[in-house]
Amino acid sequence: MSDDTLVIAGRELTSRLVMGTGGAPSLEVLEEALVASGTQLTTVALRRLDPTQQGSVLDVLRKHDIAVLPNTAGCFTAGEAVLTARLAREALQTDLIKLEVVADDHTLLPDPVELLDAAETLAADGFSVLAYTNDDPILARRLEQVGCVAVMPLGSPIGSGLGIRNPHNISMIVEAANVPIVLDAGIGTASDAALAMELGCDAVLLATAVTRAERPALMAAAMRDAVTAGRNARLAGRIPRRYHSAQASSPLDGRADL
Amino acid sequence: MAERTCDVVIIGAGLIGLATAWRLAVDGIQVTVCDPTPGSQTSSVAAGMLAPVTEVEYGEDALLALNLASVAAWPGFAEELEALTGQSAGLNRTGTLSVAYDVDDATAIRRLADYQRRLGLEVEELSGREARKREPLLAAGVTAGVWVPGDHSVDNRQAVATLLRAAELTGVQLVRQRVSRVLVTGTTAVGVELEDGSAIHAGQVIAAAGPWSGQLEGVPAELRVPVRPLKGEVLRLRVPEAYRPALSHTVRATARGFAVYLVPRPGGELVVGATTSELGYDTRVLAGGVFALLRDARMILPITDELELVEAVAGLRPATPDNAPILGPSGLDGLLWATGHYRNGVLLTPITAQVIAETVQTGVLPSVAAPFQASRFAEVKVKL
Repeated sequence: MSDDTLVIAGRELTSRLVMGTGGAPSLEVLEEALVASGTQLTTVALRRLDPTQQGSVLDVLRKHDIAVLPNTAGCFTAGEAVLTARLAREALQTDLIKLEVVADDHTLLPDPVELLDAAETLAADGFSVLAYTNDDPILARRLEQVGCVAVMPLGSPIGSGLGIRNPHNISMIVEAANVPIVLDAGIGTASDAALAMELGCDAVLLATAVTRAERPALMAAAMRDAVTAGRNARLAGRIPRRYHSAQASSPLDGRADL
Repeated sequence: MAERTCDVVIIGAGLIGLATAWRLAVDGIQVTVCDPTPGSQTSSVAAGMLAPVTEVEYGEDALLALNLASVAAWPGFAEELEALTGQSAGLNRTGTLSVAYDVDDATAIRRLADYQRRLGLEVEELSGREARKREPLLAAGVTAGVWVPGDHSVDNRQAVATLLRAAELTGVQLVRQRVSRVLVTGTTAVGVELEDGSAIHAGQVIAAAGPWSGQLEGVPAELRVPVRPLKGEVLRLRVPEAYRPALSHTVRATARGFAVYLVPRPGGELVVGATTSELGYDTRVLAGGVFALLRDARMILPITDELELVEAVAGLRPATPDNAPILGPSGLDGLLWATGHYRNGVLLTPITAQVIAETVQTGVLPSVAAPFQASRFAEVKVKL
């Protein structure tokens, strides 16, 4: 599988696990988890970070050669998200932006109207936009149309650990997409990440499932393995489901009569 | 320029620096403490929780042991200070009530209570109604609680004032200047240079500069400590007489996924905290920080609406990569670290003063502090 590379905005990634940094009890725990995850791309909230501060999470990412994906967490309007994205581009010298425009503090669900507006503005302004969106196939299509380089549908709300609540919608998004689809948010445990990949997602983004686990580095390793397993299962081609009769794997016909 | 000489010079007159100075001075050691604004930074902004149990995180067992040792040392430390100065050291032994707002919050605090029990810590799970019997003004929406009898609080501003008095009474010299660099000869620290260019020579330098400890000039680059400022906003409210005490215990809440704490003081002050941002040395109080603290405080304690908002302030926690302090040898002879106390500075003041004073006098770091030496950051460990 060594040639199974994911390309997002011209960047080649051999790891299909994108990590978030929120919720870790300490920088050291976060570092151990990031290393164990094998991630090559990690998202950070620019509003809660001073890029010039020494010893912050950015130094940890640089040390391990992990690319930074700034995000617009905490933005509630397209206007705020565009401003924050421009600040991130200036501060971090990257056109990549994970676009989040949420409707409120409590559900943290994407506001679809503001999101589409912000995506269109930022794509036209030369950003490589990875859009965090609801699991709506039509909105995913519209985000692709306005120029997003990746579409990131949620499995369930951020930090909820509820897994993928509507696998059918995720499949529909994957089938229709011409850009990478990254399952983002809702992952609770390794099987959720594997399922995302089996459904055909190109990558998985998660944070809380690892950072708030009792042993974050061990959960990160589990996620790394689950993403690989799910990807391989997808490429291998699963067997069809038989609902009405079993089929023995060892044929009964012609067996030796002992 | 003028030169002075003493046995020990301490960089930083926060709680850690002052307590260490006092401990050493009691034993007849000549101590000078340098700080442009004694006790006015992190030590003054903190809420002063002594919370080894409610602040425990997965995998921080060594830190828990140090925290428990220090909370146990606080009563004796306070008594000694009070006997010397005749004023309170600010210790309030109230216990802590941890509460949850919605069902998901209840799951979260019960998960932590389960871990606390596995560690052998004393916690008692309560229903929402039981929690409200202990604190009748808590919101009706409180669904669950955990009673933690061993977590207390200290009025940190009172503690600063009393330590300043104790330092004065024991002959500690306070120099109101910023240290511009540590003076090093070969591999030995020999004193400090002040911002006016004068020098203080000493056989022992102790760096207790909190969030500025990682930036001390004069310390060779390879021996610098990974201490970074972690901003936090804190509010101080005043409970009107008619509503006192409003709360009788420290209350920590998980409120719709957000964490907030409310720490009552005997005089009617209620401290509400705290936000967390990686914004360098920024100490502006942002509207969003004040809003979030008040939003969460009034969800848990509706009478918050009737309290006077006296102060909104931001401070800098001296954070380290593993949330634990940096104590003892620096790699330079004559320089000891007493820094990086992150969220636990008030809690860890007695034990830090004790182990650093002992190290100065015996040359050996006591075993309780051994896991917290700067050398642990030499390389990244990957544990699976």
